[in-house]
Amino acid sequence: MTEPTADGLRRVAIDPLTRVEGHGKVTLMIDHVGRVVQARLHIVEFRGFEKFVQGRPYWEAPVMVQRLCGICPVSHHLAAAKAMDQIVGAHTLTPTAEKVRRLMHYGQILQSHALHFFHLASPDLLFGFDAEPARRNLSGLIAADPELARKGIELRRYGQEVIRVTAGKRIHGTGAIPGGVNKNVSREERDELRKDIYRVLGWCLEAVERVRQLYDRHARLFDRFGTIAAHQLCLVRADGAMDLYHGGLRARTREGRTLFDHVDYGHYWEQIGEEVRPWSYMKFPYLRALGPQDGWYRVGPLARVNLCDHIPTPLADHARRVFLAYGGGSAARATLGTHWARMIELLHAAEVIKALLDDPDLQGDELTVRGQPQERGVGVLEAPRGTLIHHYRVNAEGLITRCNLIVSTTHNNQAMNETLLAVAREHLDGRELTEGLLNHLEVAIRAYDPCLSCATHALGQMPLIVELVGPDGAVLGRVQRDG
Amino acid sequence: MNTRLSFLLDGAEVPFTPGQSVIQAALAAGRYIPHLCYHPEFTPHGSCKLCTVRADGRPAAACTLPARAGLQVDSETEELRALRRTLVQMLFAEGNHFCPSCEKSGNCVLQSLGYDLEVHTAGFRHFFLDRPVDASHPDILLDFNRCVLCRLCVRASEEVDGKGVFYLGGRGVQRRLLVSSESGRLADTDIAVTDKAVEVCPVGVILRKHVGFAVPIGRRRYDVKPLRERALEDAPRGEEGTHG
Repeated sequence: MTEPTADGLRRVAIDPLTRVEGHGKVTLMIDHVGRVVQARLHIVEFRGFEKFVQGRPYWEAPVMVQRLCGICPVSHHLAAAKAMDQIVGAHTLTPTAEKVRRLMHYGQILQSHALHFFHLASPDLLFGFDAEPARRNLSGLIAADPELARKGIELRRYGQEVIRVTAGKRIHGTGAIPGGVNKNVSREERDELRKDIYRVLGWCLEAVERVRQLYDRHARLFDRFGTIAAHQLCLVRADGAMDLYHGGLRARTREGRTLFDHVDYGHYWEQIGEEVRPWSYMKFPYLRALGPQDGWYRVGPLARVNLCDHIPTPLADHARRVFLAYGGGSAARATLGTHWARMIELLHAAEVIKALLDDPDLQGDELTVRGQPQERGVGVLEAPRGTLIHHYRVNAEGLITRCNLIVSTTHNNQAMNETLLAVAREHLDGRELTEGLLNHLEVAIRAYDPCLSCATHALGQMPLIVELVGPDGAVLGRVQRDG
Repeated sequence: MNTRLSFLLDGAEVPFTPGQSVIQAALAAGRYIPHLCYHPEFTPHGSCKLCTVRADGRPAAACTLPARAGLQVDSETEELRALRRTLVQMLFAEGNHFCPSCEKSGNCVLQSLGYDLEVHTAGFRHFFLDRPVDASHPDILLDFNRCVLCRLCVRASEEVDGKGVFYLGGRGVQRRLLVSSESGRLADTDIAVTDKAVEVCPVGVILRKHVGFAVPIGRRRYDVKPLRERALEDAPRGEEGTHG
């Protein structure tokens, strides 16, 4: 819908978005000559978890907060568990607990990345942004390339099996508890997962190759589409390697200058501020050193592959080097390069899972440790969509008194707005609204794999209505897509 | 001459000894009747009404109904299942039984009854209670939002622990579990984590602190065996199942 504003600008709204996790709306502000001057992604991401965990016992948090999402609950489960490790004074977990949790986490990365690429993003990339919407979805993908669709489903299923074995359920399990885990991985469970791991590795290699070929075929478009220069943030291991479960914070400016490195995330607020703006439930995090205006940054696969010194598994590290070198670094700068980076992480996750399945520590019996209780716990990890921060305070009775969550999509808030603005300026300025043009905006957002409501997950077609209204209030164009 | 006493439960003969209730005799004979506030170790309370049967055509709580020779008892009828389903829905509506984040999940009698009776919908508008938890005790947490007023903790604390830590106060919809101390806080009672009252809670009200979710999914009480099997396992056989 469109509506005039007091200062004579016009608003174009795309509501809702499709094939992202949850519901969202895009508003484009157009001035009297039809130039897009501002883009905003509105997200009804008010979930209330920070409030309603207050007064609840700390050991409940890892199970409760994972209900934020049905796609990456493991990320919230583990981030909360890491925070609660500190609450119970467990500063170093047993090798079994650490590795079972890592296995759970990389299973999560595998299933979430597979879901995103094969089911949500690939219809755009394979069929083109302007393709017939009836075809540009998972059903269209199954009709056009059933083998690709099947591999996506199988990869996701494998990741979910890893989660089931480590957490007890494919979705919303209970594996991680304060100070460790509640189960190990039995030999039978390990052997069951081992049966398919080489097939999974093969599919992941194919996925990396396929996204490279896609990029190659459309390099001129992909290099430019929605590309913005962003600061970047992620966790890295002590030696600078990619580590999606644990590490120190590293941030680099868009010019490539390291802003901070190996920062203990237990004091993340010294580096990352949060700003509230009246038009969105989402907060706007920023790098304090650069201030609220310029300090916005990007997290997620692209940031991680760019910022790590190497990936500690050989196949993924080779893929990383190919990616970084491509086009003299053009893919590594491109918003759509995120899809490529995501598949490199998919491959990395499969390699990590394979290595962990060979580790006898998974069958250990020492599951938990406890130490001197603490009042504050901060848990940070790299979720599929980016850095995830859980921060709690717990009183002497064991009840949570305060909670702050900065989820991946929130970190990417302004980066997504900037990307939308770039796409809108190139593809919507002064032109008639079409289905294809509208989907360009969705394609741009989809690169970030945002988890918008973290609760309602809509696949496929949803109603989509867009109107463009001129300065005199007349409707100049209207596009409707039925659900 | 055969002096064996028996009654008919859903058409099948159930033997009993004098003094047994219908539910005691049924469970001892391996016949399950759904129940919540009944516990073989405590005096029957007859409040939850989930064990309601039709005895000679009249509704009665099987936990308080003395077994009688020749009695005809109906339990597994669609009418009674529907009634029990409604009762469970009402219990769910009156408390905050959020199984997804409740540590009692998998060990909870109310949740298992829901599965057993195939309660698939809420049925009623939920109360959404907002009672503060009592975390004052170093080892025990009380979440009053989940109480089903079964009075098992009251009975256990009085009859087994000899402490009288809990009581039910208020009337009607305001009736609730209270702590018998001047401050009303659990920390000011002599309850211990090893007390029967702590163990006996069928839902997630009385909880041991710091150990929630320590038992993995798949190994919890009702993951391993469903409620019916557990109830029959726990039921005393023969004379030992008689309340004085």
